[in-house]
Amino acid sequence: MTDTVSIVIVSHSKLVAEGTREMVRQMVGDEVKVIACGGDPAGGLGTNVGDILKALIEAYTPKGIAICVDLGGAETNSEMAIEMMGQAQQKNIVICDAAIVEGAIMAATEASSGASLEEVKQAAEDYHS
Amino acid sequence: MGNDGELFGQIIAATAEVIEGHKDYLTKLDQTIGDGDHGINMSRGFSALLEKKDELSALNFDEACKKAGMALVMTVGGASGPLFGSALMAFGKTRSIMPRSSADLAAMLQDGIDAIKSRGKSDVGAKTMLDVLVPVANLLRDYLNIGVADVRQATDAALEATKAIEATKGRAAFLGKRSIGHIDPGAQTVSLLINSVADVLEKKQ
Repeated sequence: MTDTVSIVIVSHSKLVAEGTREMVRQMVGDEVKVIACGGDPAGGLGTNVGDILKALIEAYTPKGIAICVDLGGAETNSEMAIEMMGQAQQKNIVICDAAIVEGAIMAATEASSGASLEEVKQAAEDYHS
Repeated sequence: MGNDGELFGQIIAATAEVIEGHKDYLTKLDQTIGDGDHGINMSRGFSALLEKKDELSALNFDEACKKAGMALVMTVGGASGPLFGSALMAFGKTRSIMPRSSADLAAMLQDGIDAIKSRGKSDVGAKTMLDVLVPVANLLRDYLNIGVADVRQATDAALEATKAIEATKGRAAFLGKRSIGHIDPGAQTVSLLINSVADVLEKKQ
């Protein structure tokens, strides 16, 4: 695996997160690390900081992580998890302001070419169906 | 934290009880203008605090707030976890003992409010918990000799006033004008918490 930006998908639903990862895998392939993360601390619908933090640690590369989120809480919890990462790592992690499925696919496509974190974020955010 | 520890423990027990007792009501409010998980989420968080009550009460106020806030962040889920958790962590950020005056208390609340504003990228007027917290903190800051009854009255009035606001933050914002007429669940939780702390303080007097 060459060094590419990693993608973390944060949905309120574990199934949505895993389904999104599956779509990315099929459309983009395996060269980009994609971690799916969803569900509240009790396993129901929701998001939780602990799981997101674990996903960030697993996905981390100095090249960066682009996070794709669904609704509000996913973003707030992702921001909190980013702040719990090391100071040096925080600046290499961004949240994309994009639809979760489309954003993840666009981000992964861009990342697979070896693009920078900024380019990956931009690709996710530029997509409009 | 000595005497503070006892009070801190009583506050945890009282707030956990009131959240548990209003779990279904909070969820019902949230089903109307949110995603319907607020009561369950808050109850999970405050149960976690209750479990840690003795451990937390033995710490200095700053450490207790940090640890309790982190417990809420990790257990509540949704946007409420980071919002309530960050506020609690901010309460203890610059103080190792509990507030001793209403001015102290106002300053502590202000630290929490600043944390919520920055975490939630929000401010008053968006139909959120800030619409209760800010007027209460301002009352404590601006007037001398504020009593527990004044705080309760201000809290209840501010909560009632959230009905008329159109939500522009959180899930309720999807509803736009249809959110008008309903109480904000986050504001309701804050109001329950303030009244519950007021109960504890009144019993002490």
